[in-house]
Amino acid sequence: MEIYRSHVLVCGGTGCTSSGSAKVIETFENEIKAAGLDKEVKVVRTGCFGLCEAGPVVIVYPEGTFYSRVKAENVPEIVQEHLLKGRIVDHLVYAERSVKEQAGKSLEDIEFYKDQTRIALRNCGVIDPENIDEYIAFDGYKALEKALTKMTREEVIKEILDSGLRGRGGGGFPTGLKWKFAYGDGSTDVQKYVACNADEGDPGAFMDRSILEGDPHSVIEAMTIAAYAIGASEGYIYVRAEYPIAVKRLKVAISQAKEYGLLGENIFETGFNFDLRIRLGAGAFVCGEETALMTSIEGHRGEPRPRPPFPAVKGLFGKPTMLNNVETYANVPQIILKGAKWFSSIGTERSKGTKVFALGGKINNTGLVEIPMGTPLRKVIYDIGGGIPNGKAFKAVQTGGPSGGCIPAEHIDVPIEYDSLIEIGSMMGSGGMIVMDEDNCMVDIARFFLDFTVDESCGKCAPCRIGTRRMLEILNRIVEGKGEEGDIERLETLAETIKATALCGLGQTAPNPVLSTLKYFRHEYEAHIKEKRCPAHHCQALLQYFITDQCRGCTACARACPAGAITGVVRERHVIDQTKCLKCGACMEKCRFSAIIKK
Amino acid sequence: MEKLISLSIDGVQVEVPAGTTVLEAARQAGINIPTLCYLKDINAIGACRMCVVDTGARALQAACVLPVSEGMKVRTNTPEIRKYRKALLELVLSTHDKKCLSCIRSTNCELQKLCLELGVEDGDRFAGKRNEYSVDDISPSIVRDNNKCILCRRCVAVCSQIQDVGVIGAFNRGFSTTIGSPWDLKLNDMACINCGQCIVNCPVGALYEKDETALVWSFLKDPKKHVVVQPAPAVRAALGEEFGLPMGTSVTGKMATALKRLGFDKVFDTDFAADLTIMEEANELVERVTEGGVLPMITSCSPGWIKFCETYHPDFLFNLSSCKSPHEMMGAMVKTYYARKTGIDPKDIAVVSVMPCTAKKFEADRPELSHEGLQDVDAVITTRELARMIKEAGINFNMLPDGDFDSLMGESTGAGVIFGATGGVMEAALRTAYETLTGETLEDVNFTAVRGVKGIKEASVQIGDKTVNVAVVSGTGNASKLFDMIRKGEKNYTFIEVMACPGGCVNGGGQPIVSSVVKMSCDIRVERAKALYGEDEAKPIRKSHENSEIKQLYREFLTRPGSHLAHELLHTHYTKRKLYND
Repeated sequence: MEIYRSHVLVCGGTGCTSSGSAKVIETFENEIKAAGLDKEVKVVRTGCFGLCEAGPVVIVYPEGTFYSRVKAENVPEIVQEHLLKGRIVDHLVYAERSVKEQAGKSLEDIEFYKDQTRIALRNCGVIDPENIDEYIAFDGYKALEKALTKMTREEVIKEILDSGLRGRGGGGFPTGLKWKFAYGDGSTDVQKYVACNADEGDPGAFMDRSILEGDPHSVIEAMTIAAYAIGASEGYIYVRAEYPIAVKRLKVAISQAKEYGLLGENIFETGFNFDLRIRLGAGAFVCGEETALMTSIEGHRGEPRPRPPFPAVKGLFGKPTMLNNVETYANVPQIILKGAKWFSSIGTERSKGTKVFALGGKINNTGLVEIPMGTPLRKVIYDIGGGIPNGKAFKAVQTGGPSGGCIPAEHIDVPIEYDSLIEIGSMMGSGGMIVMDEDNCMVDIARFFLDFTVDESCGKCAPCRIGTRRMLEILNRIVEGKGEEGDIERLETLAETIKATALCGLGQTAPNPVLSTLKYFRHEYEAHIKEKRCPAHHCQALLQYFITDQCRGCTACARACPAGAITGVVRERHVIDQTKCLKCGACMEKCRFSAIIKK
Repeated sequence: MEKLISLSIDGVQVEVPAGTTVLEAARQAGINIPTLCYLKDINAIGACRMCVVDTGARALQAACVLPVSEGMKVRTNTPEIRKYRKALLELVLSTHDKKCLSCIRSTNCELQKLCLELGVEDGDRFAGKRNEYSVDDISPSIVRDNNKCILCRRCVAVCSQIQDVGVIGAFNRGFSTTIGSPWDLKLNDMACINCGQCIVNCPVGALYEKDETALVWSFLKDPKKHVVVQPAPAVRAALGEEFGLPMGTSVTGKMATALKRLGFDKVFDTDFAADLTIMEEANELVERVTEGGVLPMITSCSPGWIKFCETYHPDFLFNLSSCKSPHEMMGAMVKTYYARKTGIDPKDIAVVSVMPCTAKKFEADRPELSHEGLQDVDAVITTRELARMIKEAGINFNMLPDGDFDSLMGESTGAGVIFGATGGVMEAALRTAYETLTGETLEDVNFTAVRGVKGIKEASVQIGDKTVNVAVVSGTGNASKLFDMIRKGEKNYTFIEVMACPGGCVNGGGQPIVSSVVKMSCDIRVERAKALYGEDEAKPIRKSHENSEIKQLYREFLTRPGSHLAHELLHTHYTKRKLYND
């Protein structure tokens, strides 16, 4: 293996790729070669660093200098100054918004990373995901070797049970228990399957994608360990077709693992065989539901089926199947290597380890974070997330995506763990965390999520198919100012019915965004319905634009108005004719004197 | 001995075999849990959620798919559950077109019945957008009106799983979900076999037969038309249900009277034609066996089966008997033999078949089933359509005296009657073939091995020194299974009877529709078949070749089975069909 004096790590995750990291990598390679440094400096395309908001992200080791928003045209400067002359290019170094002075230069100093504990993401942004040697150099496949050669199947399951690991896909079911059920009586005579749920679909969530893109071998290794434990010889990874980079890296990783004898026949010469296949999902959210996922792998329309029978008894192709989510698997090799005790020392009483969240919405540091269970929400929002942009007030955060609920400001000190979130009407979910500020209308937020579930309902069971649609119709009319007396009660009846009777998790949880916003922001619903007013000044139909006495009579607004609703004499205060106003907001944008307000 | 599980349902202690569902266990305990999508042995998918029950688990569970477990405590009737069921029903109603007054299934609609039973007060509580669909009515047999569809998917299940046809399925998702065929093709452009099993299993009015009563009324009104009617064997076993008579009541006499009162000029009996079919088919079988023809020979009475074979198993086309189906034979005889005897111009004759079958509507239009430019049969109405005509005419069916069929082609034997049940054609053929091949008198005419509702039945029959292996199949899905075994060489038969509908014609797609609730507690195939076997038992003559009118027909017209004229009028040929129309 060649030795390099410096490594340039460029993020090749989907976020940074879409902001141009491929071009940055190419330029680095060319410039380094031109400078004659190609024997000394290596460029590595890694997985996601997490701080997507600042992408494309480049880290130069051994210094650990953290460059953000690097464009291809910045590359010659970094090569010439930093790599050739050893002078850090200050103006490209990541500057933290929450910290006044520009002290942060390396990863360890940055607030965003300081409070994180990276287990599932440990290799993301560190290794080249398309090079199995790098994974192996970071203890890769050591856990598999340990499990296969030094542990019995029962010991492996016990280790996972003792670790307290719970499913990271949303439900939080104890992973060890799932393995134990699939293990059954321990017989290996029946065909069994392990499967990986990589059909991540919550709006704004990309935890699993980042793991698959940044560290695909960790999932392959974990699935092989799981297969050994439960007695399976075949596995499936069900991944969304919308994740092309993840799919490509998984394919590369599987073929490399096969080449190295870490997958396939007679692994580690123990006689254990395991074969792994990839199945692409066609973009249905419901296929993230375990029974729908299996139905889809079998080649049918992706619809859930009733449980029981549970997959551990009768799953894929009618055979016992064990299905875990990507992030759950990513924890497994570390647990096997470092032991259940180590893992269970992280987190809280009933939620062990860490959880990856995709921070999005009204927050400064959008991106991916991995925090120990029990971390207070406030820390995630204000320290790691860097707070709310533009000095706006924090209003709520939605966790658990369309199945979850919102957590209002009054609960901002809640520790992030499975049970405490459920207690306050939300849920851990798979890890989407969407932050809302004072400008967000909570009725509209509920409407947004319901719109998503209505779109993604498979249509099999009546309550979800019809009920969610009726709820959406009511919400639509409320935000349009056409809400009627009794709508809140109708929403509640529908929500209750759907929650109690829907066939699968998607339907049963679909009303949650409405129920939780009704619980904490009922007054906003009432204001929309009774006073025809949107307290957050968000719902177009309920807004009125006014010109205050700040108006200088510049006429810019009148000229911008497409409806001719604004009249007035030059240098005098203008007036908006409410009957003509389209509420498009064009006048407000044009006004240089902040004289136009909406309420 | 099966393991017994004991559980309590609404406080009632029950003991049922392991594997029983909570829904079935509750019925045994005298508790009717409402259902919409559930259909015994056909559809258990837990989709409509009407049958949710409380087992103390985190969520309510659908009783139709929930197996019982030891010590389970089920509650089916809590205030919450009643409230949810009502809401669910109102949600379904909000997508339904609710034109109940003009609906073909009014008063026999499972949705309507549930609304009544569960006390739905406000059908508009959850009013909102409704998807609107155009009605697919270009099939000669089946009309699909998705405006009434409640997406229970029973039709999909029966079409794909029971019949192995699978030309309909769920398309789109969520609120836009609809039942249809790929690429929005009409049913008639698909390889639908017209069996109508989707119709008799639909809980509402989303599927029904293509109505031909208007055409029949117009024949009856036309003074120039000589209208001849013939009811199929299975019709008499089920028509009474339409008038509130118990299932399995044979109404042959009343039916004959009703047909006369409706104004038909001649009331012949398809049972006669069934005897005629046996004459030709038994002769064909004997010929194939003795002259080394293609074996196994397969029956050809069921038009759903014929289309299925032409489309999905064309490699068996030469195994099909060349005999036309009985009502087509009747049509051909009416327009030749009867026409000549009476001197009526066949152009002025209209032959109306009353069938338990929707595929017969398709069959009657086949160009090859005609003679000298005239179709053998001019109109086909189902048992249900006949019932509607009788009701519309104000005939009090239950008070009718028993009447007789008209002579010339009205006499039938017990062999002809049992055509309506699975195994009946086989039994009838064996009665005649036995005597033809051996020259001996068959003392015990009951071949019980081929009776019963089992999907695939096999028997070895000793005829003289020959052992003949036969098989009887009903439900085209079972036919596919059997033919796969034959192709693999696992099975070897001389003669096979296939009926497209499970249980044979008694359970045909044109028969009275029985609700899923009734189907849970009784097997309609068994009950209706009893009426036919009862008639067979009571007949003085039980072998087709002993029918005196049949003898007369051969003596005066056809000369002998398999004669040149018989071939011209009573036999047909088959064509390979594509999966989609161009």
